[in-house]
Amino acid sequence: MIADFGYTALLFAFAVAIYAVGAAWYGRRQNKPAWVESARNATILTFPLLALASGALVYLLVTGDFSINYVWQVSSRGMPTYLKVTSLWGGQAGSLLFWNLLLAAFTATAMARKWQEDKPLMPYAIIVASFTQIFFLGISAFVENPFARLPFTPPDGNGLNPLLRHPGMIIHPPMLYLGFVGFTIPYAFAMAALMANRLDDRWIQTTRRWTLVAWLFLSLGLILGGRWAYDVLGWGGYWAWDPVENASLMPWLAGTAFLHSVMIQEKRNIFKRWNVFLVVLTYSLVILGTFIVRSGVISSVHSFAQSAIGPLFFGFIVIMFIFSAYWMTVRREALVSENHLDSFLSREAAFLYNNFLFLAILAIVFLFTYYPIFSELFTGEKGFVGPPVYERALAPLFAVLLVLMGVAPLTMWYRTTLKRLELAARWPALAALLVIVALFALGMRSWGALLGFWIVAFSTILTLIEFWKGTRARMRKGEAPWTAYANLMARNRRRYGGYWIHLGVLVMAFGIIGTEIFQQETQIRLQTGERVALGYYEAEFKGVSRFPGPDDLLITEAQVDVYQNGRFVTTLTPRTELYTRTGQPMTIPSARSTVAEDFYILLINWEPTTANAATLRLYLNPLINWVWAGGFVFVLGTLIAAWPDPRDEKVRVARQERLVVSAAD
Amino acid sequence: MKTYRLRFVIVAILGLALGLTAVPALAQDGVVSDDAVNAVAKDIYCPVCENTPLDVCPTQACADWRDLIRTQLSEGKSPQEVREYFAQIYGDGVLANPPRRGLSLIVLWILPVVLLLVGVLLFSRYLSDLRAQTASAPRAVTVMTASAPTAVAKSDPAARDDYVARVEQELQKG
Repeated sequence: MIADFGYTALLFAFAVAIYAVGAAWYGRRQNKPAWVESARNATILTFPLLALASGALVYLLVTGDFSINYVWQVSSRGMPTYLKVTSLWGGQAGSLLFWNLLLAAFTATAMARKWQEDKPLMPYAIIVASFTQIFFLGISAFVENPFARLPFTPPDGNGLNPLLRHPGMIIHPPMLYLGFVGFTIPYAFAMAALMANRLDDRWIQTTRRWTLVAWLFLSLGLILGGRWAYDVLGWGGYWAWDPVENASLMPWLAGTAFLHSVMIQEKRNIFKRWNVFLVVLTYSLVILGTFIVRSGVISSVHSFAQSAIGPLFFGFIVIMFIFSAYWMTVRREALVSENHLDSFLSREAAFLYNNFLFLAILAIVFLFTYYPIFSELFTGEKGFVGPPVYERALAPLFAVLLVLMGVAPLTMWYRTTLKRLELAARWPALAALLVIVALFALGMRSWGALLGFWIVAFSTILTLIEFWKGTRARMRKGEAPWTAYANLMARNRRRYGGYWIHLGVLVMAFGIIGTEIFQQETQIRLQTGERVALGYYEAEFKGVSRFPGPDDLLITEAQVDVYQNGRFVTTLTPRTELYTRTGQPMTIPSARSTVAEDFYILLINWEPTTANAATLRLYLNPLINWVWAGGFVFVLGTLIAAWPDPRDEKVRVARQERLVVSAAD
Repeated sequence: MKTYRLRFVIVAILGLALGLTAVPALAQDGVVSDDAVNAVAKDIYCPVCENTPLDVCPTQACADWRDLIRTQLSEGKSPQEVREYFAQIYGDGVLANPPRRGLSLIVLWILPVVLLLVGVLLFSRYLSDLRAQTASAPRAVTVMTASAPTAVAKSDPAARDDYVARVEQELQKG
């Protein structure tokens, strides 16, 4: 019953989305605004319909109707209720429905806004956004139907993949999906601007916040994914250059390049074509990334979502490429902006260097990610690219990027003199050098780390000086320091929010350098009471207990006393979890976290027959918590930059009027 | 896809069996530590699981492969020889750091460098062209640089900074 209801809602959403495309097209062609308005309402309607369909599936999951194939696959009676709800995105069919829901939510919100002078873009934006929705809805309704029934009703389900039962997995996929679907909106507007031949920078201003929000969610998804890997996968790291990780990193790289280059167009009205290209690229990478993850074309740990939808996706990607390329070619005349560059040392040049670096990183990640496919095609042997290859190729590019991040804000639009840059950067460079000398004196001998820390210190000092300069300017007008700072932030959210993001990245870079270069690890079999030393820590194995957990879980937990410089600090309890029904083991670490490092222990092996001995693996991950703290600052900065500012609208209107006036001149 | 993986699993398990029987039980006198095994295993990716290095892979097959590494190390093979051994049986695809030969040499070493060089070349030529055009077609200097800073610049050199100027402009507006 409920399943039929859900499936009907899904079919209705599909029909309504098709209607929206048709009505928008017809209304535009016949110049009948009422039809476009109707198309808009239809687009908005897909969201409540999909909410009903998703609600029905959640209801089936929670009540445990195992006659539904999807429910049988991903849930079981013993699972706690919150996991039953989150198993909505725990498998292919459900997560596609969820994806549809989020896409509809984004599109509906974009359509519900006041359009005012954007009206000419509306029919085209509806067509592009709804077309994407139709594709995903078609897959949901006809290929990966989450409401499909089994011929019989099994007594219980398989249960959710253990890897996905972690709290991190509850929020990581929705964040990533929101980031992915969010980029549909800027893409739809860019294509609408092309199709309507209205290539002023209105579409950029309209979609600016959408882009930032999508980018925020994508960043959150990436950071949470790293945290999840660190907490659940049991290998002491957070990023493995796995193809699926890369699939979400690539749109992030292109999106980041776009977020920077739009500023050139806003300020100088140049590089129009480039910005359209970057939006198309970002969106293409989103779709391509979804394709990689869901088709299993490059196998990886995340391939829980493999199915036969590969060819369909491939077809969609081809259509989208042709569509985008066609319109970019048709409008190439209008897209040509008189690009000017007064100096290689200017803000606009700095943004171009930024774009070059991001795209270079993107190209290399792309090449390496798809290498296994090339290799299989040409040699018949599955190739593989491990983390060392990525790190070797990308470390120099990231290093230059970090330097640029510190220096670029010193440049001015049009031109800056080298002397001016030198003057502004000289003392920070020397101050950062002092930090390095101190580290060297303390015994640090890794040249990579010294260089890395120098760059981080240099760019951090420069960024802090930016804050200081702005605040001081206001203080000179008689404001108290904190008021001056608060007003500075409030009045220039994008700029100083952006600098907060930069600080977040620098803090993360600090942590990444520390943990990548100075990680220590050891593995050893210990008898009860025996100790092993790692760094200034010692771990003493106390014993193991085994007990049943919720559902079909069997938990084996070791007690390990931790001593720091010979003093007892805490007892850690690394454990293995065995889901007895599927036989899938999990290795859950236990860690002592401090500002300086994580002392991270895994229980590798313990057998009841030799109960008083266990194999432990210990990691010392220096500065790892700075990665998470930096992520927090990063998200905070993005929120500052993306937060709606009523004055923006005023400025926009004023700017529009000015443009109109200058056009009339 | 499926048949491919199945084939791979069979080959991998056969290879494992071969490896285990080829070396008689020398492992017992091995005094090779877990750390030494892991140092090698880290660079070798599990041939049957997906994207998992052997040192952290929890499956039984991987435990057997780690034993194989231990055995070989205890026989006096160098870590590099063990890696080569794995590459010979399971293909270069199991090495985290593929050897510089064949396609991997081209795609992982030569191509990125060439791409980067070509990219830098094209990009710098593009920039030079832009600048040449700009220089040959002088434009009227726009409002931003001309009036804003001079309006507030006074004697304070710091005020020449464009956005400090902007901040001050805003303050004057109230």
